[in-house]
Amino acid sequence: IICCPPPLQMQFMLLFSRQGKLRLQKWYVPLSDKEKKKITRELVQTVLARKPKMCSFLEWRDLKIVYKRYASLYFCCAIEDQDNELITLEIIHRYVELLDKYFGSVCELDIIFNFEKAYFILDEFLLGGEAQETSKKNVLKAIEQADLLQEVRLGGGDLHGI
Amino acid sequence: MPAVSKGDGMRGLAVFISDIRNCKSKEAEIKRINKELANIRSKFKGDKALDGYSKKKYVCKLLFIFLLGHDIDFGHMEAVNLLSSNKYTEKQIGYLFISVLVNSNSELIRLINNAIKNDLASRNPTFMCLALHCIANVGSREMAEAFASEIPRILVAGDTMDSVKQSAALCLLRLYKTSPDLVLMGEWTSRVVHLLNDQHMGVVTAAISLITCLSQKNPEEFKTCVSLAVSRLSRIVSSASTDLQDYTYYFVPAPWLSCKLLRLLQCYPPPEDGAVKGRLVECLETILNKAQEPPKSKKVQHSNAKNAILFEAIALIIHYDSEPNLLVRACNQLGQFLQHRETNLRYLALESMCTLASSEFSHEAVKTHIETVISALKTERDVSVRQRAADLLYAMCDRSNAKQIVAEMLSYLETADYSIREEMVLKVAILAEKYAVDYSWYVDTILNLIRIAGDYVSEEVWYRVIQIVINRDDVQGYAAKTVFEALQAPACHENMVKVGGYILGEFGNLIAGDPRSSPLIQFNLLHSKFHLCSVPTRALLLSTYIKFINLFPETKSTIQEVLRCDSQIRNSDVELQQRAVEYLKLSSIASTDVLATVLEEMPPFPERESSILAKLKKKKGPGAVSGSELEEGKRDGGELNGGAERGIDAAATIASNASTPSPSADLLGLRSGAPAGTAAPSASSLLVDVFSEAAPAAPSAVAEENFLSSAPNSCSFGAEECSPPLPESDELLNKFVCKNNGVLFENQLLQIGVKSEYRQNLGRMYLFYGNKTSVQFLNFSTAVTCPGELQSQLNVQTKPAEPVVEGGAQVQQVLNIECLSDFSEAPLLNIKFRYGGALQNITLKLPITINKFFQPTEMSSQDFFQRWKQLSLPQQEAQKIFKAKNAMDAEVLKAKLLGLGTALLENVDPNPENFVCAGVIQTKAKQVGCLLRLEPNAQAQMYRLTLRSSKDTVSKRLCELLAEQF
Repeated sequence: IICCPPPLQMQFMLLFSRQGKLRLQKWYVPLSDKEKKKITRELVQTVLARKPKMCSFLEWRDLKIVYKRYASLYFCCAIEDQDNELITLEIIHRYVELLDKYFGSVCELDIIFNFEKAYFILDEFLLGGEAQETSKKNVLKAIEQADLLQEVRLGGGDLHGI
Repeated sequence: MPAVSKGDGMRGLAVFISDIRNCKSKEAEIKRINKELANIRSKFKGDKALDGYSKKKYVCKLLFIFLLGHDIDFGHMEAVNLLSSNKYTEKQIGYLFISVLVNSNSELIRLINNAIKNDLASRNPTFMCLALHCIANVGSREMAEAFASEIPRILVAGDTMDSVKQSAALCLLRLYKTSPDLVLMGEWTSRVVHLLNDQHMGVVTAAISLITCLSQKNPEEFKTCVSLAVSRLSRIVSSASTDLQDYTYYFVPAPWLSCKLLRLLQCYPPPEDGAVKGRLVECLETILNKAQEPPKSKKVQHSNAKNAILFEAIALIIHYDSEPNLLVRACNQLGQFLQHRETNLRYLALESMCTLASSEFSHEAVKTHIETVISALKTERDVSVRQRAADLLYAMCDRSNAKQIVAEMLSYLETADYSIREEMVLKVAILAEKYAVDYSWYVDTILNLIRIAGDYVSEEVWYRVIQIVINRDDVQGYAAKTVFEALQAPACHENMVKVGGYILGEFGNLIAGDPRSSPLIQFNLLHSKFHLCSVPTRALLLSTYIKFINLFPETKSTIQEVLRCDSQIRNSDVELQQRAVEYLKLSSIASTDVLATVLEEMPPFPERESSILAKLKKKKGPGAVSGSELEEGKRDGGELNGGAERGIDAAATIASNASTPSPSADLLGLRSGAPAGTAAPSASSLLVDVFSEAAPAAPSAVAEENFLSSAPNSCSFGAEECSPPLPESDELLNKFVCKNNGVLFENQLLQIGVKSEYRQNLGRMYLFYGNKTSVQFLNFSTAVTCPGELQSQLNVQTKPAEPVVEGGAQVQQVLNIECLSDFSEAPLLNIKFRYGGALQNITLKLPITINKFFQPTEMSSQDFFQRWKQLSLPQQEAQKIFKAKNAMDAEVLKAKLLGLGTALLENVDPNPENFVCAGVIQTKAKQVGCLLRLEPNAQAQMYRLTLRSSKDTVSKRLCELLAEQF
């Protein structure tokens, strides 16, 4: 019988501003709304209290929080204790790159006004908390293809042509 | 106004968001939202049919409101309508709404599933991906029921687009995590494993997450993935930085995939095939070499990605724990990181080294970094990094450096962050006890601990110092002197008063000869603290006072006066009043002889495993204990008679006995002059790996057994010499019917823990005999016998146990079990040893019961009832109706039935209150299929239990065993 590490699962990703306003939340484990709000409140407080130059990782409850600040926004992932912190940090960075490329030097306002796009991009990149497609080109291709479809009336099979 | 409005701008939405942003107060925001909600509600209810665009816009507004933190209780239907829109963006918004605001409303789930089904069947990749994303985001049981069988087909079909495959793989992973019973890979297994060879890196990246999770649960079926993963990894590691085009990230080829490959390999032991293993070792070496190369870019992303792979590789090296060369190289690499300018790397290096410290190959290499780690503890600016440094110091501590490390931790405590003080205190207390060579050092350390961080010193810690002082007469005088000095401080912590009170009450006489600490001075010192203390401490001090009357008759009148005063004898606290009254009376009427007997010095405490260690484990939470312990804890937690608390304690006891030589063992080892440390490390490393095939002792034991048989046992102890089984042995046996691990037996002297595992008709059981006393057990021997016809039914093999069990030590014995045919009796375990002069002779029933050889069988309702009818001969059935002994909690019942080893079949019995189970008992001679039905009657607090199997004895025995469980 083989002794295995338990399956690891990213628990959630939160984007919030320096003022503590939540801009995006993605939950990869089932939790009640009440619990989600409680976690968000606690975590935003904890992360905002940290000084610059501190380590990007911190233990929180029995999870590990990996976070990084980009301009006015904090990007914050909760992973399990045994999971890889550095690669998670780069997941955050790649997501920022994707947003940046899509919006053209992204800022907080883009994410506020186009929150749905931020979700779509995230879903193309990470699904169920796992990297689905790490190539920047491929993710953006998928999103742009969808944008092209926006006002096209979709008949039976004419989609394949696009 | 929006800075960018890309894609399809929804003007109304942008205006609304601007409005909200312009709100000056929370009230204004709520007002604006309520206005919008009213507007949307009227639009949805209006007579005029909304066009798709408006519907999308309003649904999107609702979503925005929800994400602001407000509750949304309508709009779900409109969102579901959008799913079947023929406009892509409308569909997309519909899916987003559903993903974020899942509602278990069954009516809607049916509609949602219907829309998903259509999109999956559309053969339009963009639609299929949307539908798969939605399933992956929601991941509910209902969705698993609807799609778990369809998605594997999509995943492996030859004509599926790559992007759809990627989504399908991760979608399936999510469903597997929520409903593993519904995702059956079966025929797809090998095609899924071969996705590791896919040309498209994105497909491999997605698929490997699924494969890793499936491998963790079914390692045997997926083990071909090892060689595929190694060759994929090798290709990536050796590729030039431009080979992988867009999958290269800041000059690092495929970092995410590399990490996932290394993680997958951690599900398996080192590859057996020499060529594969060689290739893998080469990969690991290359990764370590690359860490030494100059960076290809100055960007932090480059070094992060590179080091992410490095840390995952080191995790794999530690997991294998078999390549000393790689372990030491890993340690050296981490040593470099300890001084890196990046805080993140210092943090990770400290963390990773903690695991390396526990490997025998790298423990010494880790120790060479002690000075760096100590300076990290002192100088790091970030508390999370300091915490890691403290953890590492704890992990690298051994006899050689204990004094230095304890001293450093103590001085750190003076300024340590409040959040980590309690844990630090426990760690210092444990190390001080574990590595105490002279006890004055131990006493000093603990008293310092109380002085520096008294608030964080839990009861366990100060109880423990008293236990040790009482048990060791060579330290008692020193302890009395030291507490006396410590109490001189004008403000000392209440815990110090407690320890001081207790110790002076017992051993104050040892320092009373010195006029500076005469009895009266001792008393006055203690009593000066009395009024500042809490009730429990005052109660303790009152007991000290009466002890003083016995120790120092000259203090009698002073103390009696104190007891007699109103604040004592009429104290409003009942406990204090009672003590004062009783002690006063005792001191006035009892003769000196009686007083001396009643107030005699405390007898030595029975040696037991340190409660501090258990406390640290509890505090550390599930993260600190390994998977199997955790599982045990959970299982016990679900039990009625076990009780959660006890279950965890038992687990912690076993765990701590297993993973570290028990602290008491070390202390006592010193006294008896035997190096307790020598046997312990090898035993402990064995125990940690109790379930791994790699454990070196297990296989050889099997090989030798056939020759040795039980001859040495049987000649020294004939069966007739064995005592009859203890009266409670049946009860003890019943405790283990639904679980495999726990404490089998415990008395004043001996504790016996059990861990066992079964496969098919074979089993292996580990017995742990722990000597709870401080004295050696001599002539220790054990014998397993199979009485009567059990001899031909069950084969139990073991080697003789060690003849001497040191005080406080633990020995392990492995039993190999083979079930030849079904059986009803339990084998007997007889234990004999000499403790002091007396021969101890204990016979127990070994918890090996027929249900341990169950293989669970899943079957449909139809199959179940068909087989149920086939087994209709009267002798094939056994039935019992009995009163519930515990609360009738469905979850607990389920946990027990699963613990029994059968499959619990859902939706089979027409009455949802009932439980039905199916399984096959594997014996060497034949397999016996069994069906079980348990019908609880909550009103009458009764159960009816029915067993049917092809063998009458099996039905009967299972029925007997189970009737005791509920």
